[in-house]
Amino acid sequence: MEHVELASRTTAPHHQFDDLLQQRRAYEMGMWIFLVTELLLFGGLFLGYAVYRNLHTAAFQAGSRELNLLAGAINTAVLLVSSLTMALALHALQLARRRAAARLLALTALLGALFLAIKAWEYTSHVLHHKFPGALFQSSGPHPGPLELFYSFYFAMTGLHAAHMLVGLVVCAIMIGLLRRGRFTPESHAPLEMTGLYWHFVDIVWIFLFPLLYLMGYPQ
Amino acid sequence: MTARPPAPRIYYLVCGALLALLLLTVAVSFIDLGAFNVPLALAIAVAKALLVALFFMHLRDAVPLTRLVAVAGLAWLLVLFLLTFGDYATRGWMQ
Repeated sequence: MEHVELASRTTAPHHQFDDLLQQRRAYEMGMWIFLVTELLLFGGLFLGYAVYRNLHTAAFQAGSRELNLLAGAINTAVLLVSSLTMALALHALQLARRRAAARLLALTALLGALFLAIKAWEYTSHVLHHKFPGALFQSSGPHPGPLELFYSFYFAMTGLHAAHMLVGLVVCAIMIGLLRRGRFTPESHAPLEMTGLYWHFVDIVWIFLFPLLYLMGYPQ
Repeated sequence: MTARPPAPRIYYLVCGALLALLLLTVAVSFIDLGAFNVPLALAIAVAKALLVALFFMHLRDAVPLTRLVAVAGLAWLLVLFLLTFGDYATRGWMQ
Protein backbone atom coordinates (compact mmCIF):
# COMPACT_ATOMS: atom_id res chain seq x y z
CA MET A 1 0.00 0.00 0.00
CA GLU A 2 2.70 2.40 1.04
CA HIS A 3 4.70 1.39 -1.99
CA VAL A 4 1.76 2.17 -4.29
CA GLU A 5 1.32 5.58 -2.67
CA LEU A 6 4.98 6.37 -3.10
CA ALA A 7 4.86 5.36 -6.76
CA SER A 8 1.78 7.46 -7.48
CA ARG A 9 3.32 10.44 -5.74
CA THR A 10 6.29 10.43 -8.08
CA THR A 11 4.53 9.56 -11.33
CA ALA A 12 1.14 11.32 -11.11
CA PRO A 13 0.74 15.10 -10.91
CA HIS A 14 -1.08 16.75 -8.01
CA HIS A 15 -4.80 17.18 -8.72
CA GLN A 16 -4.55 20.88 -9.63
CA PHE A 17 -2.20 20.15 -12.53
CA ASP A 18 -3.02 18.67 -15.94
CA ASP A 19 0.21 16.73 -16.19
CA LEU A 20 3.71 16.37 -14.73
CA LEU A 21 5.21 18.82 -17.21
CA GLN A 22 2.82 21.58 -16.18
CA GLN A 23 3.50 20.78 -12.52
CA ARG A 24 7.26 21.00 -13.05
CA ARG A 25 6.96 24.32 -14.87
CA ALA A 26 4.80 25.72 -12.05
CA TYR A 27 7.39 24.60 -9.45
CA GLU A 28 10.14 26.15 -11.54
CA MET A 29 8.40 29.49 -11.93
CA GLY A 30 7.48 29.57 -8.23
CA MET A 31 11.12 29.04 -7.32
CA TRP A 32 12.21 31.82 -9.68
CA ILE A 33 9.68 34.18 -8.06
CA PHE A 34 11.23 33.35 -4.68
CA LEU A 35 14.73 33.92 -6.07
CA VAL A 36 13.64 37.33 -7.41
CA THR A 37 12.58 38.35 -3.89
CA GLU A 38 16.03 37.18 -2.73
CA LEU A 39 17.61 39.24 -5.51
CA LEU A 40 15.91 42.38 -4.19
CA LEU A 41 16.81 41.50 -0.59
CA PHE A 42 20.50 41.43 -1.57
CA GLY A 43 19.85 44.31 -3.99
CA GLY A 44 19.15 46.69 -1.10
CA LEU A 45 22.57 45.90 0.40
CA PHE A 46 24.28 46.24 -2.97
CA LEU A 47 22.57 49.61 -3.44
CA GLY A 48 23.70 50.85 -0.03
CA TYR A 49 27.23 49.70 -0.76
CA ALA A 50 27.22 51.46 -4.16
CA VAL A 51 25.95 54.74 -2.70
CA TYR A 52 28.45 54.83 0.18
CA ARG A 53 31.32 53.68 -2.02
CA ASN A 54 30.58 56.72 -4.20
CA LEU A 55 30.47 58.99 -1.16
CA HIS A 56 33.67 57.59 0.45
CA THR A 57 35.61 56.15 -2.49
CA ALA A 58 39.09 56.44 -0.98
CA ALA A 59 38.13 54.79 2.32
CA PHE A 60 36.26 51.94 0.58
CA GLN A 61 39.24 51.34 -1.74
CA ALA A 62 41.51 51.21 1.31
CA GLY A 63 39.08 48.74 2.91
CA SER A 64 39.16 46.51 -0.20
CA ARG A 65 42.97 46.46 -0.06
CA GLU A 66 42.84 45.30 3.58
CA LEU A 67 40.86 42.17 2.64
CA ASN A 68 42.64 38.92 1.78
CA LEU A 69 42.40 38.82 -2.03
CA LEU A 70 43.78 35.28 -2.27
CA ALA A 71 41.20 33.93 0.20
CA GLY A 72 38.41 35.71 -1.72
CA ALA A 73 39.59 34.40 -5.08
CA ILE A 74 39.99 30.84 -3.79
CA ASN A 75 36.49 31.02 -2.29
CA THR A 76 35.10 32.23 -5.62
CA ALA A 77 36.70 29.27 -7.40
CA VAL A 78 35.36 26.89 -4.71
CA LEU A 79 31.81 28.17 -5.24
CA LEU A 80 32.06 28.06 -9.05
CA VAL A 81 33.21 24.42 -8.92
CA SER A 82 30.43 23.62 -6.41
CA SER A 83 27.92 24.91 -8.96
CA LEU A 84 29.42 22.50 -11.49
CA THR A 85 29.08 19.52 -9.13
CA MET A 86 25.49 20.57 -8.31
CA ALA A 87 24.59 20.68 -12.02
CA LEU A 88 26.29 17.30 -12.52
CA ALA A 89 24.35 15.80 -9.58
CA LEU A 90 21.05 16.74 -11.22
CA HIS A 91 22.32 15.37 -14.52
CA ALA A 92 23.29 12.07 -12.88
CA LEU A 93 19.82 11.66 -11.39
CA GLN A 94 18.20 12.38 -14.76
CA LEU A 95 20.21 9.42 -16.08
CA ALA A 96 18.90 7.34 -13.11
CA ARG A 97 22.39 7.19 -11.58
CA ARG A 98 21.17 7.76 -8.05
CA ARG A 99 24.39 6.86 -6.21
CA ALA A 100 26.48 9.16 -8.42
CA ALA A 101 23.94 11.91 -7.79
CA ALA A 102 24.22 11.45 -4.01
CA ARG A 103 28.03 11.49 -4.21
CA LEU A 104 28.05 14.66 -6.32
CA LEU A 105 25.61 16.34 -3.92
CA ALA A 106 27.86 15.40 -1.00
CA LEU A 107 30.84 16.88 -2.89
CA THR A 108 28.81 20.07 -3.48
CA ALA A 109 28.03 20.34 0.24
CA LEU A 110 31.69 19.66 1.06
CA LEU A 111 32.79 22.54 -1.19
CA GLY A 112 30.15 24.74 0.45
CA ALA A 113 31.56 23.82 3.86
CA LEU A 114 35.09 24.61 2.62
CA PHE A 115 33.85 28.05 1.51
CA LEU A 116 32.38 28.70 4.96
CA ALA A 117 35.56 27.49 6.68
CA ILE A 118 37.71 29.92 4.66
CA LYS A 119 35.18 32.69 5.35
CA ALA A 120 35.25 31.91 9.09
CA TRP A 121 39.07 32.05 9.03
CA GLU A 122 38.84 35.50 7.35
CA TYR A 123 36.30 36.70 9.92
CA THR A 124 38.57 35.56 12.76
CA SER A 125 41.44 37.53 11.27
CA HIS A 126 39.26 40.69 10.97
CA VAL A 127 38.10 40.42 14.56
CA LEU A 128 41.67 39.87 15.83
CA HIS A 129 42.78 42.99 13.90
CA HIS A 130 39.96 45.04 15.48
CA LYS A 131 38.10 45.41 12.19
CA PHE A 132 34.67 44.33 13.46
CA PRO A 133 32.52 47.51 13.50
CA GLY A 134 31.60 48.75 16.94
CA ALA A 135 33.32 49.77 20.17
CA LEU A 136 36.40 47.62 19.49
CA PHE A 137 36.99 48.94 15.93
CA GLN A 138 40.45 50.44 15.41
CA SER A 139 42.08 52.01 12.39
CA SER A 140 45.21 54.11 12.02
CA GLY A 141 44.23 55.16 8.48
CA PRO A 142 43.10 58.63 7.40
CA HIS A 143 39.34 57.76 7.25
CA PRO A 144 38.47 55.59 10.28
CA GLY A 145 34.72 56.43 10.14
CA PRO A 146 34.08 55.55 6.47
CA LEU A 147 36.40 52.54 6.80
CA GLU A 148 34.23 51.25 9.64
CA LEU A 149 31.23 51.76 7.34
CA PHE A 150 32.99 49.65 4.69
CA TYR A 151 33.41 46.86 7.22
CA SER A 152 29.76 47.19 8.25
CA PHE A 153 28.73 46.56 4.64
CA TYR A 154 31.34 43.81 4.30
CA PHE A 155 30.03 41.90 7.33
CA ALA A 156 26.35 42.49 6.48
CA MET A 157 26.72 41.38 2.85
CA THR A 158 29.07 38.42 3.36
CA GLY A 159 27.17 37.49 6.55
CA LEU A 160 23.81 37.35 4.75
CA HIS A 161 25.49 35.37 1.97
CA ALA A 162 27.06 32.97 4.49
CA ALA A 163 23.65 32.47 6.14
CA HIS A 164 22.30 31.48 2.71
CA MET A 165 25.22 29.07 2.28
CA LEU A 166 24.38 27.47 5.65
CA VAL A 167 20.76 26.99 4.55
CA GLY A 168 22.08 25.51 1.29
CA LEU A 169 24.23 23.02 3.23
CA VAL A 170 21.26 21.88 5.35
CA VAL A 171 19.05 21.50 2.28
CA CYS A 172 21.82 19.54 0.50
CA ALA A 173 22.01 17.15 3.47
CA ILE A 174 18.22 16.67 3.38
CA MET A 175 18.33 16.02 -0.38
CA ILE A 176 21.07 13.38 0.05
CA GLY A 177 18.84 11.65 2.62
CA LEU A 178 15.82 11.74 0.28
CA LEU A 179 17.93 10.47 -2.63
CA ARG A 180 19.20 7.52 -0.58
CA ARG A 181 15.62 6.64 0.40
CA GLY A 182 14.71 6.51 -3.28
CA ARG A 183 12.30 9.42 -3.17
CA PHE A 184 13.44 10.88 -6.49
CA THR A 185 13.08 9.39 -9.96
CA PRO A 186 14.57 10.60 -13.25
CA GLU A 187 11.09 11.92 -14.13
CA SER A 188 10.15 13.47 -10.79
CA HIS A 189 12.69 15.24 -8.57
CA ALA A 190 11.43 18.80 -8.22
CA PRO A 191 12.97 19.37 -4.73
CA LEU A 192 16.41 18.56 -6.11
CA GLU A 193 15.91 20.94 -9.05
CA MET A 194 14.81 23.71 -6.66
CA THR A 195 17.88 23.06 -4.47
CA GLY A 196 20.05 23.45 -7.55
CA LEU A 197 18.41 26.75 -8.52
CA TYR A 198 18.90 28.07 -4.98
CA TRP A 199 22.55 26.96 -4.87
CA HIS A 200 23.35 28.61 -8.22
CA PHE A 201 21.59 31.81 -7.14
CA VAL A 202 23.72 32.03 -3.98
CA ASP A 203 26.74 31.47 -6.25
CA ILE A 204 25.66 34.42 -8.44
CA VAL A 205 25.41 36.68 -5.36
CA TRP A 206 29.03 35.83 -4.52
CA ILE A 207 30.07 36.43 -8.15
CA PHE A 208 29.12 40.09 -7.53
CA LEU A 209 30.31 40.31 -3.91
CA PHE A 210 33.85 39.21 -4.83
CA PRO A 211 34.79 42.07 -7.22
CA LEU A 212 32.83 44.69 -5.26
CA LEU A 213 34.46 43.88 -1.92
CA TYR A 214 37.88 42.41 -2.79
CA LEU A 215 38.94 43.87 -6.15
CA MET A 216 37.84 47.48 -6.20
CA GLY A 217 40.83 48.81 -4.25
CA TYR A 218 43.29 48.11 -7.05
CA PRO A 219 45.28 49.52 -8.73
CA GLN A 220 46.25 51.95 -6.04
CA MET B 1 13.45 21.24 -17.08
CA THR B 2 13.69 19.46 -20.40
CA ALA B 3 13.10 15.76 -20.90
CA ARG B 4 16.54 15.33 -22.45
CA PRO B 5 19.24 16.32 -19.99
CA PRO B 6 21.98 18.47 -21.53
CA ALA B 7 25.32 16.77 -21.99
CA PRO B 8 27.67 17.29 -19.03
CA ARG B 9 30.31 18.53 -21.50
CA ILE B 10 28.59 21.92 -21.61
CA TYR B 11 28.73 22.08 -17.79
CA TYR B 12 32.50 21.50 -17.80
CA LEU B 13 32.94 24.12 -20.52
CA VAL B 14 30.84 26.66 -18.58
CA CYS B 15 32.80 25.99 -15.39
CA GLY B 16 36.07 26.39 -17.28
CA ALA B 17 34.86 29.70 -18.71
CA LEU B 18 33.80 30.86 -15.23
CA LEU B 19 37.23 30.06 -13.75
CA ALA B 20 38.94 31.79 -16.71
CA LEU B 21 36.79 34.89 -16.14
CA LEU B 22 37.72 34.78 -12.44
CA LEU B 23 41.44 34.84 -13.34
CA LEU B 24 40.77 37.60 -15.88
CA THR B 25 38.92 39.84 -13.41
CA VAL B 26 41.69 39.44 -10.78
CA ALA B 27 44.39 40.14 -13.39
CA VAL B 28 42.79 43.26 -14.92
CA SER B 29 42.06 44.69 -11.46
CA PHE B 30 45.84 45.27 -11.12
CA ILE B 31 46.10 47.11 -14.47
CA ASP B 32 45.39 50.83 -14.20
CA LEU B 33 42.50 51.54 -16.57
CA GLY B 34 41.45 54.71 -14.80
CA ALA B 35 37.68 55.05 -14.73
CA PHE B 36 37.22 51.72 -16.54
CA ASN B 37 38.41 49.37 -13.77
CA VAL B 38 35.07 49.31 -11.95
CA PRO B 39 32.82 48.97 -15.05
CA LEU B 40 35.07 46.20 -16.41
CA ALA B 41 34.95 44.24 -13.12
CA LEU B 42 31.15 44.59 -13.11
CA ALA B 43 30.89 43.56 -16.78
CA ILE B 44 32.90 40.39 -16.09
CA ALA B 45 30.65 39.66 -13.08
CA VAL B 46 27.56 40.09 -15.29
CA ALA B 47 29.06 37.69 -17.86
CA LYS B 48 29.72 35.09 -15.14
CA ALA B 49 26.21 35.51 -13.69
CA LEU B 50 24.70 35.08 -17.18
CA LEU B 51 26.68 31.86 -17.73
CA VAL B 52 25.42 30.46 -14.40
CA ALA B 53 21.81 31.54 -15.02
CA LEU B 54 21.61 30.35 -18.63
CA PHE B 55 23.40 27.01 -18.32
CA PHE B 56 23.48 25.86 -14.68
CA MET B 57 20.01 27.27 -13.88
CA HIS B 58 18.72 26.20 -17.32
CA LEU B 59 17.19 29.60 -18.08
CA ARG B 60 18.20 28.92 -21.70
CA ASP B 61 15.68 26.06 -21.85
CA ALA B 62 13.05 27.64 -19.59
CA VAL B 63 9.54 28.52 -20.77
CA PRO B 64 8.95 32.23 -21.61
CA LEU B 65 6.94 32.84 -18.42
CA THR B 66 9.87 31.75 -16.22
CA ARG B 67 12.26 33.93 -18.21
CA LEU B 68 9.83 36.81 -17.76
CA VAL B 69 9.99 36.35 -13.96
CA ALA B 70 13.80 36.54 -14.08
CA VAL B 71 13.76 39.63 -16.31
CA ALA B 72 11.11 41.27 -14.09
CA GLY B 73 13.41 40.81 -11.09
CA LEU B 74 16.23 42.56 -12.95
CA ALA B 75 13.83 45.33 -14.00
CA TRP B 76 12.87 46.04 -10.37
CA LEU B 77 16.54 45.99 -9.38
CA LEU B 78 17.18 48.54 -12.14
CA VAL B 79 14.37 50.76 -10.80
CA LEU B 80 15.90 50.54 -7.31
CA PHE B 81 19.32 51.66 -8.57
CA LEU B 82 18.18 54.21 -11.18
CA LEU B 83 15.82 56.11 -8.87
CA THR B 84 18.31 56.16 -5.99
CA PHE B 85 21.26 57.24 -8.12
CA GLY B 86 19.05 59.69 -10.02
CA ASP B 87 18.38 61.30 -6.67
CA TYR B 88 22.00 61.31 -5.50
CA ALA B 89 23.35 62.48 -8.86
CA THR B 90 21.00 65.46 -9.24
CA ARG B 91 20.99 66.92 -5.73
CA GLY B 92 24.67 67.52 -5.14
CA TRP B 93 24.91 64.92 -2.35
CA MET B 94 27.82 63.13 -3.98
CA GLN B 95 30.53 65.77 -3.25
